[in-house]
Amino acid sequence: MENFSLILAIVVVTALAFDFTNGFHDTANAMATTISTGALKPKVAVAMSAVLNLVGAFLSVEVANTISKGLVDETGIRPEVIFAALVGAILWNLLTWLVGLPSSSSHALMGGLIGATIASAGIGAVHGDALVTKVLIPAIAAPLVAGIAAMFATRLTYTLGKKADGKAAAKGYRTGQIASAGLVSLAHGTNDAQKTMGIITLALVAGGAVAPDSDPPMWVILSAGLAIALGTYLGGWRIIRTMGKGLTDLQPQQGFAAQTSAATVILASSHLGFSLSTTHSVSGSVMGAGLGRKGGVVRWSTATRMFVAWGLTLPAAALVGALAEYVTGLGSWGTALVAVFLIASSAAIWKLSRREVVDHTNVNESDEPAGVVTTAIAAVTPPPAGTATEELAATIPAPPSTEPAPSQATV
Amino acid sequence: MKIDWAALGSVFGVSLVVTVALVGLFTLGITGLSRQEKASAQGGSAGLAVTGAYACFAACAAAVAYGIYLIVA
Repeated sequence: MENFSLILAIVVVTALAFDFTNGFHDTANAMATTISTGALKPKVAVAMSAVLNLVGAFLSVEVANTISKGLVDETGIRPEVIFAALVGAILWNLLTWLVGLPSSSSHALMGGLIGATIASAGIGAVHGDALVTKVLIPAIAAPLVAGIAAMFATRLTYTLGKKADGKAAAKGYRTGQIASAGLVSLAHGTNDAQKTMGIITLALVAGGAVAPDSDPPMWVILSAGLAIALGTYLGGWRIIRTMGKGLTDLQPQQGFAAQTSAATVILASSHLGFSLSTTHSVSGSVMGAGLGRKGGVVRWSTATRMFVAWGLTLPAAALVGALAEYVTGLGSWGTALVAVFLIASSAAIWKLSRREVVDHTNVNESDEPAGVVTTAIAAVTPPPAGTATEELAATIPAPPSTEPAPSQATV
Repeated sequence: MKIDWAALGSVFGVSLVVTVALVGLFTLGITGLSRQEKASAQGGSAGLAVTGAYACFAACAAAVAYGIYLIVA
């Protein structure tokens, strides 16, 4: 490992920081439904997800080896470009976390990478086709596929399980949710921890510290796995609240159907060659489960804010990435300036988040304060009968807890 | 630009079928167990329901195992 320069060290640390934000941003994907239906205690849920993410990081290096290929030309990419890309991705992840909206960490990373590449090598270095087929289409398809599957599954489970109540049923749905949430966590570890490994390896190759076409070194795998697990354990409670309570009210049956649908979609997509975002799949399946129960509602105002955030993810991260790349191009002091800016804005966002703390104690409270009690009741109450005529898509006001200002994102 | 509609279509089809099948099986299992619960509360037992329930759960467990295999492979 000769030639390990300062900029390379900065890139590695920044990549691990991104991995960390990725972890707590995406805890919601695996655990929001389990937490909101009360299948697992919040702390237990994030701990389980963290362990499975860590395990997942060690399972294979397939994804790591393919991360950057295809989207941008990796020939002649400099470590500064990767650094700028990571800055864009981290800031967007933190901002969406602050407003409690689930958004794809992968899109943020791709956006940052695209922006930084354009600033560094011009628009020609970005493959527009890959952008549409790898980013745009999956972003539309994922929630639809997962949502429709979850909707039918929810209907089925309420129809078949009409006579199932009492302790055995509650325990059964609980176990089912935990199993499917575990699968999502494991799949997340193999996918997302590896993206960071891929980025670090790309930087190491770009900086000349390792030979091209080499697998990620062991210390990269270990540190990336630990960073994502730590992030997962700390838990992005704001996003968990939106996903588990904000979009719709989930009963155990719905939580089970939603999480099973998400796990299936994620696994099917990554193995049939049409990779779909974990975040988009889970959000879609939660909404589908909301629509599938008679009398269930989806809060479209929250959903709309989430869709807007999805649309903004790539351009916003790209803009920050491009700006950061432009400044790092001014010289070493420029790189230092970007690093200071990243740390300062992260600290500012954290400070803002302390105004209204969301953690494991109040993660299930949104509209009504009695989160624990209502989920306990929901666990034993059969679905409301005779509400068939009620409009399925009734809209009720979203909780006032989030600041509706995703447009602040552009620095 | 080439969009791989076939891959997208198969993801959609497989996801829909597998999700609905798994959730259906699992619900049947739960229904079986809850029937046993009721029967034993009245002093009887529902052997067939329990056997069916465990068969359903076994199928679900196999699906989960296949999922883990897909992640690892």
